[in-house]
Amino acid sequence: MQIPRQHMAEQEPSERIRNFNEVPFGYTPEQAKKEAERCLQCKNAPCRDGCPVEVDIPAFIELIKKGDFSGAARKLKETNSLPAICGRVCPQEDQCEKVCVLGKKGEPVAIGTLERFAADWELKHHPGSPSPSSSRGARVAVIGAGPAGLTCAADLARMGYRVTIFEALHQPGGVLTYGIPEFRLPKEIVKREVENVRKMGVELKEDQVVGCTISPEELFRDGFRAIFIGTGAGLPRFMKIPGENLNGVYSANEYLTRVNLMKAYLFPQYDTPVIRGKKVFVIGGGNVAMDSARTALRLGAKEVRIIYRRTRKEAPARREEIHHAEEEGVVFKFLTLPVRYRGDEKGWITGMECLKMKLGEPDESGRRRPIPIEGSEFSIECDLVVVAIGNDPNPLLPRAVPGLKMGRKGTIEIDPATGQTSMKGIFAGGDIATGAATVIEAMGAGKAAARGINIYLKLSG
Amino acid sequence: MYRITESRRLTPEAVLLKIEAPRIARKRKAGQFVIIRVDETGERFPLTIVDSDPSTGTITLVVQEVGTSTKKLGRRRTGESILDLTGPLGHPTGVKKWGRVACVAGGIGVAEVLPVIKAIRGAGNIALAIIGARTQDLIILEDEMREAASELYITTDDGSYGRRGLVTDVLCDLINNGSIPDRVFAIGPVPMMRAVTALTRPYNIPTIVSLNALMVDGTGMCGCCRVSVGGETKFTCVDGPDFDAHQVDFEELVQRQKIYLPQEKESLQRYEGF
Ligand SMILES: Cc1cc2nc3c(=O)[nH]c(=O)nc-3n(C[C@H](O)[C@H](O)[C@H](O)COP(=O)(O)OP(=O)(O)OC[C@H]3O[C@@H](n4cnc5c(N)ncnc54)[C@H](O)[C@@H]3O)c2cc1C
Ligand SMILES: Cc1cc2nc3c(=O)[nH]c(=O)nc-3n(C[C@H](O)[C@H](O)[C@H](O)COP(=O)(O)OP(=O)(O)OC[C@H]3O[C@@H](n4cnc5c(N)ncnc54)[C@H](O)[C@@H]3O)c2cc1C
Ligand code: SF4
Ligand code: SF4
Ligand code: FES
Repeated sequence: MQIPRQHMAEQEPSERIRNFNEVPFGYTPEQAKKEAERCLQCKNAPCRDGCPVEVDIPAFIELIKKGDFSGAARKLKETNSLPAICGRVCPQEDQCEKVCVLGKKGEPVAIGTLERFAADWELKHHPGSPSPSSSRGARVAVIGAGPAGLTCAADLARMGYRVTIFEALHQPGGVLTYGIPEFRLPKEIVKREVENVRKMGVELKEDQVVGCTISPEELFRDGFRAIFIGTGAGLPRFMKIPGENLNGVYSANEYLTRVNLMKAYLFPQYDTPVIRGKKVFVIGGGNVAMDSARTALRLGAKEVRIIYRRTRKEAPARREEIHHAEEEGVVFKFLTLPVRYRGDEKGWITGMECLKMKLGEPDESGRRRPIPIEGSEFSIECDLVVVAIGNDPNPLLPRAVPGLKMGRKGTIEIDPATGQTSMKGIFAGGDIATGAATVIEAMGAGKAAARGINIYLKLSG
Repeated sequence: MYRITESRRLTPEAVLLKIEAPRIARKRKAGQFVIIRVDETGERFPLTIVDSDPSTGTITLVVQEVGTSTKKLGRRRTGESILDLTGPLGHPTGVKKWGRVACVAGGIGVAEVLPVIKAIRGAGNIALAIIGARTQDLIILEDEMREAASELYITTDDGSYGRRGLVTDVLCDLINNGSIPDRVFAIGPVPMMRAVTALTRPYNIPTIVSLNALMVDGTGMCGCCRVSVGGETKFTCVDGPDFDAHQVDFEELVQRQKIYLPQEKESLQRYEGF
């Protein structure tokens, strides 16, 4: 008899929109073992090629099947420094699970959920596991404690280098901490995964804006032999339409940072406030838009709509996220483009004017281009808008390193195989090099750069 | 953790703090600021770096206690610590040799303008400082000002000290007397900066204001601090905080500063234990 793919139990939609707790509960040990049994242990294991950080997927699944959950976690950690995070936010359907053999006929093995299970088990039962490597190797500076930086640092520490991470904010994690909401990625999990990286001997310095507090030049002067830049894509895009600076128009970055990093959902216990809209529009169709919309619901909105200029098919968000949002009551308004915001005499948003769109020929992204329908203007009322139309690379650090060769969109140019930039001893990876992408790609880039740095340091003696 | 080496009350509303931050102390330039988080539940909020001493590794801040965050900081004693301190942020004030420069400041802006005056004098300019407060008790850093500026004018709203009236009255007189300054810096409450801007506009006097938009990260990541300058959106924390006064949309700035008024009140009442 064939075992069906196991599904995690979840909080009911009507319940969960009233709290910030995580939505799925994760597998029980029985479920995990059952799901693990589905894996065919393929010899060539195509799933492995789908994972940017080279997790030995059949091996860790086999250990789960045998009930050796700690062993599975250790297997994961050999190549993946943040498994509890990846298991939650990796777009598995586009990565490892996409190429799983079982997926050809039926449903692929739930690799991500199994990974999450093993990592959570280990965090819960053996929180102190990784042992510090008493390294005497060369010193390497990592700029930015997002997934790219953390992975690069952990891998370098494993190779015996002495690594210091410089992070601009008061907490590490990058988007994992300030962007992705608690109900999708509990901050406690991020904290513990970061703690594990620390326990490997990596030093982490918060409140350090490289380019302001300390320059890359000074880092070299202070004895760092190589630098990895993983500063992410933290510059919010706006549409440059009238009324965008009205009170009650947020960038998704600000909205989510207030809620996640600053814990504004616990105001007034926490001092940082956030506006709790009743009728909220979120502009955009990606994960960031879904996160913002679902956050607005949890902050008490009566009505939340996602305004997207293309259709469901082109929306870049994960299916699972769109599904979760819909279950919770988020309404989608496709083929709609805001053209101006309206405000009252006190400068507060009261609504917006939109155009209806239709789809034309595919554009350079391969998605059909949205075209405004003439004379289709209409207006709708709202009291809060969250603009989630994307982020560009943060220019602060590149500006501080004038010699660095930049791409057209403000990205740092690198050799993807090694992370090498145009400057000696400086490497980069993650969103700062690719533009806004995914956690796992950023981690893959951090891993590649750690290897690149290792070779560079070996060669330069 | 960043240790407070000195906490001294200047007026019933303002406290001067020296905090250990060696790197910032070495690097900071006039016009730059830090972002502070006092404790675990605290906000991130900006304060201008008023001075620094690279030899002791401390920076000087002057805080006006207006709400929860500033009161929390104002109550920290010598020897205590704050949780987070990041900087130096923002572009340093651009300084050249212009000739006679008027530096107008009101309220807590007096502390903020002090490093600018020093930089301006340092570049070989004559710096006229025009500072004001509601009443004599609220005047801060008078001695430091007297030492730093070439000439010092003081006004109080109630006439209890210096000249009765507003800082703009002094600037107005200077202009009317024909001693038009070559450049004006204005730092303080928005209504004051706005009034200075209106005064200098007809004479085309280049005027720089340091904008105090609300902020969160201070690194260009959130857009909370956006202001309209010359019809374009700028981020105060990374594009400023200094801007060409004649291009600034002050109306929008005033509105945006009021976004959280009800929450600020609620937070303060809770903090003060009402
Ligand atoms: C709301 C949201 C939801 C998302 N959801 C998903 C998802 O479900 N799945 C997925 O795979 N991806 C998701 N992404 C995308 C993913 O989070 C990013 O691709 C990934 O975090 C990029 O990692 P990074 O390390 O390159 O950069 P970041 O995570 O952006 O980290 C960069 C770090 O560098 C720091 N920094 C910046 N400048 C400096 C400086 N000058 N000095 C020191 N430090 C500096 C920043 O403070 C930050 O901590 C989401 C993104 C957002 C915004
Ligand atoms: C670049 C910059 C430099 C600054 N330097 C100094 C400084 O050197 N010393 C100092 O005392 N303050 C300075 N400020 C202002 C300071 O950041 C705010 O007063 C502080 O954030 C208020 O926090 P709170 O919780 O105490 O008050 P809140 O409860 O947030 O506010 C209380 C009252 O103050 C007003 N307010 C809040 N924020 C600001 C602001 N940014 N500007 C003007 N009014 C505000 C509110 O509208 C409200 O009426 C600076 C601001 C900026 C942007
Ligand atoms: S890290 Fe991501 S891509 Fe790799 S195996 Fe785990 S879920 Fe799949
Ligand atoms: S491809 Fe699928 S079935 Fe085969 S080893 Fe990988 S996870 Fe197991
Ligand atoms: S404070 Fe966030 S961008 Fe300026």
